[in-house]
Amino acid sequence: MMLEVKDLNVYYGAIHALRGINFHLEKGEIVTLIGANGAGKSTTLNTISGLLRARSGQILFQGEDITYTEAQDIVRKGIIQVPEGRKIFATLSVIENLEMGAYLQTDQAQIQSDLEAVLKRFPRLRERRKQFGGTLSGGEQQMLAIARGLMSRPSLLLLDEPSMGLSPILVEQIFEIIRDINEQGTSILLVEQNAQMALSIADRGYVLETGRVVLEGPAQELLHNPMVIEAYLGGHG
Amino acid sequence: MNSSKAVPSTPSFLDFLVRRKILGLLLLILILLLVLWKLGSELVTNPTLFLQQVINGLQLGFVYALIALGYTMVYGIVRLINFAHGDVFMVGAFMSYYAIARVQLHTWPAKVFPNLSPGLSIGIGSITVILLSMAICALVAITIERVAYKPLRNAPRISALITAIGVSFFLEYFGALNFVFSPNFITYKRPFDVTTWMVSAQGVQALQKGQAIPEKTVIFSNISIIIVVVSILLLVVLQYIVGKTKIGKAMRAVAYDKQTARLMGINVDSVISVTFAIGAALAGAAGMLYAIAFPQVFFWMGIIPGLKAFVAAVLGGIGSIPGALVGALIMGQAEVLSAAYISTPMRDAIAFTILIIVLLVRPTGIFGEAQREKA
Ligand SMILES: Nc1ncnc2c1ncn2[C@@H]1O[C@H](COP(=O)(O)OP(=O)(O)OP(=O)(O)O)[C@@H](O)[C@H]1O
Ligand SMILES: [Mg+2]
Repeated sequence: MMLEVKDLNVYYGAIHALRGINFHLEKGEIVTLIGANGAGKSTTLNTISGLLRARSGQILFQGEDITYTEAQDIVRKGIIQVPEGRKIFATLSVIENLEMGAYLQTDQAQIQSDLEAVLKRFPRLRERRKQFGGTLSGGEQQMLAIARGLMSRPSLLLLDEPSMGLSPILVEQIFEIIRDINEQGTSILLVEQNAQMALSIADRGYVLETGRVVLEGPAQELLHNPMVIEAYLGGHG
Repeated sequence: MNSSKAVPSTPSFLDFLVRRKILGLLLLILILLLVLWKLGSELVTNPTLFLQQVINGLQLGFVYALIALGYTMVYGIVRLINFAHGDVFMVGAFMSYYAIARVQLHTWPAKVFPNLSPGLSIGIGSITVILLSMAICALVAITIERVAYKPLRNAPRISALITAIGVSFFLEYFGALNFVFSPNFITYKRPFDVTTWMVSAQGVQALQKGQAIPEKTVIFSNISIIIVVVSILLLVVLQYIVGKTKIGKAMRAVAYDKQTARLMGINVDSVISVTFAIGAALAGAAGMLYAIAFPQVFFWMGIIPGLKAFVAAVLGGIGSIPGALVGALIMGQAEVLSAAYISTPMRDAIAFTILIIVLLVRPTGIFGEAQREKA
C-alpha cells in the first residue's frame, strides 16, 4: 500500500478538525477526497505534508511511519502537495517557481531535463517562463503549480482543489493533465469540491463531512450513490 | 483607504485624510524646491566645495547601504525590524580592530611570502581582516536569531521588536564591559596608510603630508576609493546571490510565503539563518570600512549609523534591496550636505526629518510595494 491514514486526529487549538480519519491509496491509483467547505480536506493534506501535526493516529507511506516527519523530508520521500489556491511565488519568475519545486533535487542534468519535460507538457509556461509568477492568469497559475510539484519527481501527488475558480473548459484541461500524469506512473490523492469531475477520473473516493469519512467506495459507485448525488452532484446527477 | 471604506458617511473625515495627504505632498515639494534652490546656488558659487561634499556623501552612503541591506533583507523574510543590527556593525568594527591592532592579521602575507610587493601583501591582509569580521558577524547574527528571535517567530511582531531592542542593549552593554570591548573610545589602527590626491584644473596630484590644500581643488583619498569599490563589489555579490543562486531564490520564496516554501521541501529555518548571516556579514564589512574612514571604535558606535541605515531602508522601501541602496545614497548625501550647508549638528535631525516625511507621504518608501496578501 502506498499511503495509509489511520485514525487521524488533528486540532487547531481547541477546534477538532479531523475526527479519526481512515483511508488508503494503492500504488498507481487516483483517490479523491470530496466534501463541502470546512470538511477537513485541506487539513488532511497539510497533515500528510507535515505542515500540521496530528494529535493522534498514524500516516504510513510505503509502510513507513511519516506522521511526525519534517515537511522537507516528506518531499524528499516523494510526496508533494499542490496547495489550494495554487500558492505560486508571485515574486519569482515562472522558471524560478519550477526550480523551487526541484529544490531537493541535486542532479543538475536531471533538473534540466525535468524542466524541459514540464515545459513540453505545459507550452503556455514556456511562453511565459521569464514572467513573474504573480502576473499569470488563474489557469496558468494552476498549471505552474502542478508543474512545480512535478519538478520534485513525486511518487505521490497531493492536489488540493485544482479546479477552483477555473472555467469549465480549463477544468477539463486540468483533469486531462491529471489523468495523464497518473498514467505515467504517479499516484494521486485529489481533493475536490467538484465531485462530478473528481469521481469521473478517480478510481476510488471518500466523502468527508466535518472531519469524518462518512462514505467510501469505487468512484463509479459513489457517482451513482443517492446520498452523493443529493449532497454533491446537484440533486439529479 | 480602510478608513474611507469604514466610514463612508462622514465625508469630512475623508476630506481631512485627503487634505492631509495633499498637505504632506505640498510640504515635500516645497522642501524639495528649497533644497534644490539651496544646492543649486551653492553649486554655482563654489563648485569645488560642492563636489567635495558629494564625494564625502557617496562614501558615507555606501557604508549606510551595506548596513541598510541587512535591515531590509531581514525585514523582508521575517517582518522584523532587527534593531540589534547596528550593534552587529559595531561588533564588526571591533573585530577588525582586534585583528589589526592586536593580532596584526593584516601583515600575515608579508610574513608568509616576504617577497610579495607591499601593496599586494597589505591588500590581501586587509581582505583577510574584512572577511574575518564578516564571518564573525554572521555567526553572531545566526546565534542571535536562534536564541532570541526564532522562539518568537509566530508571536506578535511587537514582541519580537521589543526583543530586538533588548538584544541591542545587550550587545552594547556587554561590549562596554572592561574585559570585552571596554567602555572607552579606542583609536582605530588602519591596516594601510592614507594617501590623498587633489584634483584641480592642473590635473591629479598626490597631496604631501602637511601640505595645505590649495584653493579650487577637490581632494579624495584611497579610503574613499576603497569604501566605494568594496561596497560595490559586495553589492554585486549580493545581487548575484539573491538573483541567481539556489539559496537566493529560496530566500525570495521564503520571504513571499513560508508555508508554500516548506511544501517545496525548503528548510525555512536555515534559509532564515542564511539571510541573517548575509545581512550581518555586510554590516561587519561596513563596520570595518566605517572605522577606516572615522578611525575610532567604541561600544555605542553602531547606534547612529544603524538608525540612519534603518531610515535609508525605510526611505527606499523596506524589504526592497535596490531600495536600500538608493535610500542609503540619498541619506549619505543628505547628511553630508546638511552638515556642510546648514550646520553639523543638524545632520542627524535631517535624517530623522526625512523619516517623518517619508512616513507621512509615502510609508512604503520609494521602491516599496503596496501591501500584498501574505500567507
Ligand atoms: N488555521 C486554522 N485555524 C483554525 N481553524 C482552522 C484553520 N484551518 C482550518 N480550520 C478549520 O478546520 C476545519 C477544516 O478546514 P479545512 O480547511 O481542512 O477544510 P476544507 O475541507 O479544505 O474546506 P474548503 O473546501 O473550504 O477548502 C474547518 O472547520 C476550518 O474552519
Ligand atoms: Mg481546503
